[in-house]
Amino acid sequence: MTDKYVYVTYIRTTPEKIWDALTKPEFTRSYWFGITHESTWEAGAPWLMRFADGRVTDSGKVLEVDRPRRLVLAWRHELVPEMKAEGDSRAVFEIEPNGDTVKLTVTHTIENGPNFIKAVSGGWPQVLSSLKSLLETGMALQRQEACKTSDALARATS
Amino acid sequence: MSADAVFKALADPTRRQLLDSLRAQNGRTLGELCQNADMTRQAVTKHLKILEAANLVATQKCGREKLHYLNPLPIHEIAERWIGNFERGRLRALSDLKQSLERSEK
Repeated sequence: MTDKYVYVTYIRTTPEKIWDALTKPEFTRSYWFGITHESTWEAGAPWLMRFADGRVTDSGKVLEVDRPRRLVLAWRHELVPEMKAEGDSRAVFEIEPNGDTVKLTVTHTIENGPNFIKAVSGGWPQVLSSLKSLLETGMALQRQEACKTSDALARATS
Repeated sequence: MSADAVFKALADPTRRQLLDSLRAQNGRTLGELCQNADMTRQAVTKHLKILEAANLVATQKCGREKLHYLNPLPIHEIAERWIGNFERGRLRALSDLKQSLERSEK
């Protein structure tokens, strides 16, 4: 069974700024609730997501890269055993100019991965709203409870 | 996307029903959505157009088919704007209470 989630947001910014926000650790840290993304962002390069305390939460590979239009990642969870066992998912980021805004579409697909996709589907709206807020106002959304997903992960692994 | 478009789209029970059927099973074709709805294909098309304009439904081409997905972001943004503020207020109130209780213990 394939599970697929599509998220679309319109951000008043430029495609280049969205690209930087997706790929530069200093950006991801501020809107992704402390998490950094690390990669050289070349096709075939490894990619990983790291908590502020150094633990790797997710990892994978850059499958396609076309700056600043399209980024495709193979994405596997690392911390929670039942989610790790579900293997690779596929995340596609598409960036298209749309009048005075830029349309960002995130499509996340997994085959037979009910636990992972549940965690991801709860996390994306928070991350993308926070990204939009950062790019439009210069301030990411502050959440006292941090990202629910990372909270759940922290509980599962503590 | 304007909040007006989102509220207007959500004000109609038929459109909320379409969102419910996407929540039950995401990525449906127009034909599949028509099967579950008690209305004409033209009516479903019209409602989907309003949901798409409000960014509550995203579409993707899959071969010759167009699949419809529930996009939760506009509703999340509404929650952030109003409910998120209440949450922050409540947390601040709790932390003020804690501080004042801890002070009075001394």
